[in-house]
Amino acid sequence: MDFRAVTFYFFAAIMVFAALRVITARNPVHSALFLVLAFFTAAGLWMLLEAEFLAIALVLVYVGAVMVLFLFVVMMLDINLDRLREGYWDYLVPALIVAGVMIAEMALVLGGRYFDLEGMPQPAPHAADYSNTRELGRLIYTEYVYPFEIAAVILTVAIVAAIALTLRRRKDTKYIDPAQQMKVRRKDRVRMVSMPLEKPSDD
Amino acid sequence: MNLAFVEGLIGVDGVTALWTLAKIVGITVPIILSVAYLTYFERKVIGYMQVRIGPNRVGYKGLLQPFADVLKLLAKEIIIPSGSNKFLFILAPVLSIMPALAAWAVIPFTPDLVLAKADAGLLYVMAITSMGVYGVIVAGWASNSKYAFIGGLRSAAQIVSYEIAMGFALVCVLMMSGSLNLSTIVTEQSTAWGLLGWNLIPLFPMFLVYFIAGVAETNRAPFDVAEGESEIVAGFHVEYSGTAFAVFFLAEYANMILVAALASLMFLGGWLSPLPSALADSIGAPWLAASGLPWLLLKIAFLLFCFLWFRATFPRYRYDQIMRLGWKVFIPLTIVWLVLIGGLMQFSWWPW
Repeated sequence: MDFRAVTFYFFAAIMVFAALRVITARNPVHSALFLVLAFFTAAGLWMLLEAEFLAIALVLVYVGAVMVLFLFVVMMLDINLDRLREGYWDYLVPALIVAGVMIAEMALVLGGRYFDLEGMPQPAPHAADYSNTRELGRLIYTEYVYPFEIAAVILTVAIVAAIALTLRRRKDTKYIDPAQQMKVRRKDRVRMVSMPLEKPSDD
Repeated sequence: MNLAFVEGLIGVDGVTALWTLAKIVGITVPIILSVAYLTYFERKVIGYMQVRIGPNRVGYKGLLQPFADVLKLLAKEIIIPSGSNKFLFILAPVLSIMPALAAWAVIPFTPDLVLAKADAGLLYVMAITSMGVYGVIVAGWASNSKYAFIGGLRSAAQIVSYEIAMGFALVCVLMMSGSLNLSTIVTEQSTAWGLLGWNLIPLFPMFLVYFIAGVAETNRAPFDVAEGESEIVAGFHVEYSGTAFAVFFLAEYANMILVAALASLMFLGGWLSPLPSALADSIGAPWLAASGLPWLLLKIAFLLFCFLWFRATFPRYRYDQIMRLGWKVFIPLTIVWLVLIGGLMQFSWWPW
C-alpha cells in the first residue's frame, strides 16, 4: 500500500465516521459540525483525485459559507429533540424502501458489465504544471457557456424570489438614511443664541 | 552530518518530510514572534495617539511586555463554564488558530521563499481563511453564555457578508494578472515604472474594499461588534481564560498580519520596489529599485499600522450600518469595477 492509498483510506474512514455521526448525533449542532468535517474530508479526497479546483471550491462554498449559515440557524432554533425522534417506527418502512431502492441502483451501476474496474482504467496522472483551474475555466466559458449562464440566471431569479417573499416594509422602524446623515451640517442642528450675561434690571 | 547520511537513515521521503517540517517551523515561529510584538506595537501606537506612553515597565522601554503577558496567560487557570460543551469549548480556539497559520503555506516572501508554489494559491487562501469563522461560532455556542452567543452570531453574519465583497475584489486582481498563483500575481506587477505598475493604480477602489473587508473579517475595530466591550462584555471569548484566550488573541493578530501580507502582495507589488529604476539610477542609489524582502515587510508593517490607526480613530459601527456597507455599498461597487475592468481588457484600452 503506497502513501496515496494510505491517505485515501485515512480520509475515507474519517468521512464515513463523520457522515454516520451526522445522522446519529443527538445534538443538531454536533450533526452540523460533523457535516462540516465530512465536507472537508471530501475536499481532501477530491484533492487526491487531482481535482484541486473542485476541492477548494467545496471548502470555500460549502464549508465557508453554506454551513456557517446552516449552523447559524440550527444554533438559534430551540429544537425539541423528543418530538423529532417520535414516529421512528412509522417512518422506518418507507425509509427502508427508499434505502433499498438506492442500494439496488448503486449495485446496478457499480456491478454492471460496463462499469466494472476494467471498463474504467485509471487515468494517467497529469504533469505538475497542469492547471485544473485553467482547464475548468476554459470549458465553462467556451463549450458549456450557455448551460452555465442559464444556471446563473436561475440562481439570480431564486435570490430575487427569496428576497421578495420575505420582504416586508415596516413603518415603525427608526431607520435613518446614511446619505441624509452625512449631509447634515452644523447649522442644521445648532442655533447659536447670543444672550446677555445678566438679566437687565427692570427699572 | 551531511544530508546523504540522513537520507540513508530515513530515506528520501523522510528527508522531504523533515525539510518541509523545518520550513513550516521557519514560517510559524517568526509569525508568532511578530504577533507578540504587534501587540506591543499596538499598545504603544494607540498610547501615543491618545497622548499616553503605553507599556514602559517590563524591559527596556517595555520591550519585554509581550513575554510578560504570555507568561501571565500561560500561568492562569482555564475555567470551563458549567453547562458548556467541554469538547467544543476546547476545540474552538484550535479551530480559530489553525486557518490563521495554515494560510501562510502559499504566501511567497520572495520569488523563491515560499513553502508551496500552489497554482490555485489565491483560492486556497480564501478557502482556508473562510474556515476561521468556525472558531468564533463554536466558541460562542459552546460557552453556554448569552453574551458569547450573541457575539458568535454577529461575527458569523458579518464574516459571511464581507467575504463576498472580498471575493469579488480578488476576482479583479486575478483578472489583472491572469493567474491564481500569488508569485505570478506579484511578478505581473513588475514594470520599469515601479509604483505605477502596481495593481493599486487600476484597482484602487478594490484595494479599499479588500482592506476594509479584511478589517471586518478579522473583527477589528471599527467592525468589532463580535466582541464590542461596551455592549456584550467581550463577545465570543467572554468565558475564555488563560491559554485558551491567548490562542484566540494569537489567531486574531495572525489574521491581521495575513490580511496585510495578502493586500501587499496583491495590490502593493509585494517584494517589488516602489521606485522606478530610472529614478533610482539618477539619484545614484540603484539598490533602491531592487526588489527584496525588506520592501514586503515595510508594506506589511505600514498596513498593520493602518489597522491600529483605524482602531484608535474610528468609533464602532452600528450593526445595521455594517450590513449596509457590506451588501449595499461594497458588493455593487465591486461588481461595477469587475465589469469595467472586463470591458477595458476586452477592448484593449488597457495602458498596463
